[in-house]
Formats: sequence, structure tokens, C-alpha cells
Amino acid sequence: MPRINSPAGLEELRKDILSNRDPNKPCITLCSGTACHASGSKEVAASIEEEIKKQGLSAEVDFRKTGCHGFCERGPIVVIPPEGICYLQIEPKDVPEIISQTIKEKKVIERLLYTDPSTNKKIVHESEIPFYKNQERLVFGSNGKIDPKSIDDYLALGGYSALAKVLSQMTPEQVLEEVKKSNLRGRGGGGFPAGRKWEECRNAPGEIKYVIVNADEGDPGAYMDRSLLEGNPHSVLEGLIIGAYAIGSHEGYIYVRQEYPLAVENVDIAIKQAEEYGFLGENILGSGFDFTVKVHRGAGAFVSGESSALMTALEGRVGEPRPKYIHTAIKGIWDRPSNLNNVETWATVPLIINKGADWFRGIGTEGSKGTKIFSLVGKVNNTGLVEVPMGMTLREIIFNIGGGIRDGKKFKAVQTGGPSGGVIPEKFIDLPVDFDELSKVGSMMGSGGMVVMDEDTCMVDTARYFLNFLAGESCGKCVPCREGIKQMLNILTDITEGRGEKGDIELLKEVATMVKDFSLCALGTSAPNPVLSTLQYFRDEYVAHIEQKRCPAYVCKALVSYYIDPEKCQACMICLRQCPVGAISGGKNQIHVIDQAKCTKCNTCFEVCPPRFSAVRRLSGEPVPPPVEDRVLVRRKG
Amino acid sequence: MTTEEISRIDQIIDKYEGEEGILIQLLLDIQQELNWIPKEVTERISQRLNIPQSQIYRVASFYTAMSLTPRGRHLVSVCMGTACHIRGSPRLLDRITDILKIQPGETSPDRRFTLKTVNCLGCCALGPVMVVDGKYHGKIAPTEAGEVLKSYD
Repeated sequence: MPRINSPAGLEELRKDILSNRDPNKPCITLCSGTACHASGSKEVAASIEEEIKKQGLSAEVDFRKTGCHGFCERGPIVVIPPEGICYLQIEPKDVPEIISQTIKEKKVIERLLYTDPSTNKKIVHESEIPFYKNQERLVFGSNGKIDPKSIDDYLALGGYSALAKVLSQMTPEQVLEEVKKSNLRGRGGGGFPAGRKWEECRNAPGEIKYVIVNADEGDPGAYMDRSLLEGNPHSVLEGLIIGAYAIGSHEGYIYVRQEYPLAVENVDIAIKQAEEYGFLGENILGSGFDFTVKVHRGAGAFVSGESSALMTALEGRVGEPRPKYIHTAIKGIWDRPSNLNNVETWATVPLIINKGADWFRGIGTEGSKGTKIFSLVGKVNNTGLVEVPMGMTLREIIFNIGGGIRDGKKFKAVQTGGPSGGVIPEKFIDLPVDFDELSKVGSMMGSGGMVVMDEDTCMVDTARYFLNFLAGESCGKCVPCREGIKQMLNILTDITEGRGEKGDIELLKEVATMVKDFSLCALGTSAPNPVLSTLQYFRDEYVAHIEQKRCPAYVCKALVSYYIDPEKCQACMICLRQCPVGAISGGKNQIHVIDQAKCTKCNTCFEVCPPRFSAVRRLSGEPVPPPVEDRVLVRRKG
Repeated sequence: MTTEEISRIDQIIDKYEGEEGILIQLLLDIQQELNWIPKEVTERISQRLNIPQSQIYRVASFYTAMSLTPRGRHLVSVCMGTACHIRGSPRLLDRITDILKIQPGETSPDRRFTLKTVNCLGCCALGPVMVVDGKYHGKIAPTEAGEVLKSYD
């Protein structure tokens, strides 16, 4: 492939690619993102390839392994354009039928379609499934249409046209103004205006400047950056090159977690292709602008996602944060001006350039423009990635798109913003979601994680979980964070294990305030959030744990006992056989009893007891009744 | 180490020689090659690239992806992400530690399994998730863990 030397050359190439593609030819697209991969899409891909050959249809149908479609709950997903027929949870055994029926005979296979749970109707097209219908997929939408390993696929959808426009028609200042005007705020956590950051870096003294993609997505429960980078790596690259042009940088880095092997692989391929085509390297599209990118794999440290820590890691040293009296935009990697933005932020840039800042400002709320990708997970029916305009309410996201709570349980709270965020209780379900509204209720946007919790989630345990996570991830450099988190964790552990005392809540608040005010970096200053927000909205749960030694959600093991109701036990032997520690005694006609001294509270008996008996009960905050004396079961007749 | 191993390590070092800020990338490659980072290797890196051993040790001990002790034949990773947590991963982990008789971060004495926890694999739809040697086992109940582990020897 000869390098493209001008915007006109790019358009010619695009025409060429499009002329070889028939928009009316069916194409089986298979989601091959990490989550679908884990659900078996690799095996499905192999059988699609085999079956197309076997049925002699190579000329009549295309096959494309795409990035993540977002509806991870129902993966592996197959969508067949041009009609957009959508099949869910595909297994290799379904493939021959898809090829012979849908491709050859143009018939829709009913059983593979989505069934709307409210109407029980089958839905044929992807765009009509409620999960997708209520979204606005501007940044994430191309994921399902392109093979991330093919730059031609990206070009066919208009890829790199924003770059061509910038390099041929705009000065760096104009690009900067456009991004500033769009009011694009960083999608990685803080929500700092990207344009202002760029400007500061551009104006900073120094010849050499760096631009960086932060793909060290560490918030547990958030994976939109991975899906974007592995599903549409060129969109991120294009944004990065545009940013570099505006800032005056000629070297860039993509910092990506090594736990995301597919993202590393796809971004490596994308960089090679972009170099070959002339979107990276010297004299890009004949503009005289030079830019190169390197990939740096993160080695598994949450704190390294913090900007100054990430830059230290890029220097090959231990990724610990430093005080930021001087912004990294002025002194970053090797003390040179460095501009860091998150994956989603970079991927939004080409859209703003192509469609204009005014278009972008037309979407979203007063203070938060555009769309945001959320990772909707936890106890929700439709786990997946959803992109919606800023300002959509939690209710719309969780119930209309997410399909409500699993197993008919009751919604309790939603946790946003990862370990630095907070929980939002049910009373705020109609809260419009944007940067500022989330902060007002004591949480934050973070990178867009949204963990839905139901009545079976214990809020004290949730706070303990996050503090445990943060205690492990605190780098230990500053005392308030290192010691403060540890002390909070100790108190929370005591509370969840039944050793809570009066005064613990006040002490927790005191330590939390200290950690918040005096830690060095954002990990520490935001670490108390999970504690403070659960205390604010679920104080009664703390009180129940401390004063009554009761866990209302039956999660905290030390406060829960398992008991077999002698009135209900049918002596079916199921729990007795499954108990991993042999704590259950009984026989075929003998009511089962749990030996409380042996019981490890693994919940197995509760799970396996047939629902029609429901004999195993969980008790908390009350004593276990003594075993009945006469344990011979008298079976009712009939 | 065998001469063959040394030459493989040297090849990896060659790739990065003369570049700035490469230590983390180099150690990740070695981790991938040997499944751990032996002391002989840190000595070798130190000699060849003129990086103090203390600095190499500092990096290798800081990051969870690197191991300074040998790992078992099979790596079992249990996801402890938030979504998996509220879907019951602590109970899954309890069951696995019970079966393997090792704690997270440890290797069984027969070197059959190394158990570790990971913060989030980003497969929240499948939670709780455990990964054995790169194969994902999703929506797994604690009672099913034993069956899965049995198939690896």
C-alpha cells in the first residue's frame, strides 16, 4: 500500500474501497469483543467460516468479526446487514441454520431473536430492541460495523476525514478553538474541559510535547474504554493525531492495561496500518506535520491511571503520583509538557471536527455536552455498554435500556464513578445524569461505571469492598491515604464482622475527612466517597450492623446464620449432599439440621434447597432456634 | 537457568537496548516468557542495561502483573470487580481457596495451580467470572468451581 500524500488521495482511496463494496450484499457481523469472546464467539466464528464455504456461498455473503456491540448480556451477537437482522446468544450449532435459512432463503429464524419481556413479541432488527432503541450511539455506534483489524472498514465509514480536514483546512489554533467551543469535558473521571487542557499544554514552554491516550481503565465494573479501543482503535488514533496537531506535539503514547490483550493487539495493528497509509509518521497527508505513537502496556496498578503516575510509569519507573502544583500539561513525561486524555475523549474529537462544535453543543445538558458511554452492570437485566446523551435520567438508563432489575428484585441503589464515586439511592432515580448532577448527590461520573444494586446488596459491605480495593491499590507514598484507608477498612471490617461499636460511625467520618483533605492525589482524596455516601443514604444499615449485629441484606457472613425450618424440610438430602463441610445431618426421613459450629456460611444449602420447599432460612440479628427433638419426618399424603 | 533460557532473555533485552523508559515493558515480556521473574534475570538485566537491581526489584514488586516467585502450571484468576462482587464472587473465591487450599497470590506446593484475584476483567455480563489459563468460566456458582478445576492437572 503506497502512502497517501494528500486529502484528495484519501478521498480517492475511499471511493475505491466503497466501489468494491456492495451495500446490498448481506454481511454476517459477529461481535468479537472480549465479553462475547468469553461467551464463545471464537467457536461461532470458526463455524460461520466453515459453513459459508460448505454451502458454497463465499461470493454471496461477507463475514466480519466486529468490535463490541455493547449488549454483552446476550452475547455472542450476530447482526446481518443490510436488513439488520439480529440474533442473540448464538452457538456454533445455530450457524448452519443461519446460513441456509437467513442467508440463502431470506427467512428469519424466530427462536434466535430477542423477545421483548414486556410484550413477549419477537424483535427482528437490532435497532428496535429496547436496549439499543433508547440509546444515541455517536461514538460507540461504528463498533458493530467494522472489523477493528481493518483500516479499510474504518475508511469506508468516513474514517480519517476529520484528520484530513484539520490538516488541510484548519490551523492548530482553529482546531483548539473548535474543541474549546464544543465544551468537551474529559470522559476519564474529573470532567475537566479538554480544550483548556490542550491550550495549557500548547502554550507551555518547550519544543518537545507529548500527547497520551489513557487506556488504563482501572475502575472495576467499567469497560467502555477497552471496548472502544479494541473495537474501533482508529477512531481513538484519529482523535489523538488531531489533538497532537492542535497542541504542537509530535510524539504520542497509548497507555493500555496489559489485562486487555485484545485491545493491545488491535491498537498495535491499527498503528501499523496508519503508518503504512500515511496517517502517522512524517509529513502526514502531505501537510508537513509529523507524528508517531508508541504503545505502553500498564502492568496492573490502579493508581497508575492517575495522570502524573501514568507519566512516571511511561518513564519506566514505578507509577506513583506526584504533587501537581505544576500541571502535567506543563511538566509531564520527563518534565516536558504532556497532555493526557481518556480513550472516549479522544474518540469524540473526530466527531466534533466533522460535525462542528455547535452540533456537539446541541446534545446534552447545560454543563455537560455530548453523549457518554456507560457500563451498565450488576443486578440489572441487560448488562452492557450504553451510550446516551448527557442528562438522561437514571430511571431511563436502568429501566428502559437496562430492562430493570434481575429476578424481579427491588432496586436499591446505583453506584457510579468506580471506587472514587458513591452510591445513589432510589429517591434520586429521576436524576439527570451529567458531571454536575452526580457530584451534587455525592457521587461522580468517573469513567462511566454504573453498578446497579438490589435489595440483596449490603451497603456496609459495599463500602468495605471499595476500601479494601483502595487499600490494596494505594501506592503508599503519602501517609493520609496509606494509613487512613487502612484504618477506615479496619473499622468497616469490624462492623461487617460483628465487632462494631458505638462511636464507629463518627470515627469513620473523622478519618474520612482527614483522608479527603490531606491526600496527595485523587485516589486518596476521593477514597472516602464510598464510605461517606453509604453513610449519608444508608446510615440505618450501619446502625443495624453495629447495634443489632444484623445485616439486613444477609451478606455479611459473620452476622448471618443458616437454619433449616423443620416445618418445611422435606428431608430430600440435596443440601446434605452438597454441603462442602458436611455440616448438615439428617436422613431420608429425618429432618435436616445444620451444625452451627461446623457451618462455614457458604450459602450452598440456601441456593440448592428446592424453591417449592424453601426450607433453608437465613437469620441475622436473632438467635438460631434449637433443633427439634423429634426429627422423623411425617410426609403428608397427596 | 539453561543457556537456551539465557539466550531467550538476551533476545528480549536486545529488543529494548538503548531506549528510554523501557523497564516495565521489558519485565512484562519476561513475565510472559518465563511466567515469573527469577533473580538471575534481574541480575542479567541489571548488568546489561546498567539499571540498579534495587530499581528492578522495586518495579517488579509494585505491579501485580509481575511475579517474583514461580507460578503454577495453571493460573486461576477470580474476578473481584464490583459487578462480580455483588453477584457473589467472594463466595466463589472462598470455595476455590477451600478446594485448592491456597490463598490468592499463592501457588500450590505441587505447582499445579496459582490462584490470584483480579480487579475487573470487563466481562461484567458473565459475573461471577473465573479464568483458568485464559479460558473464561462465566456465571459460575461456587458449587460448580470444583468441577472446572478438576479438568486441569
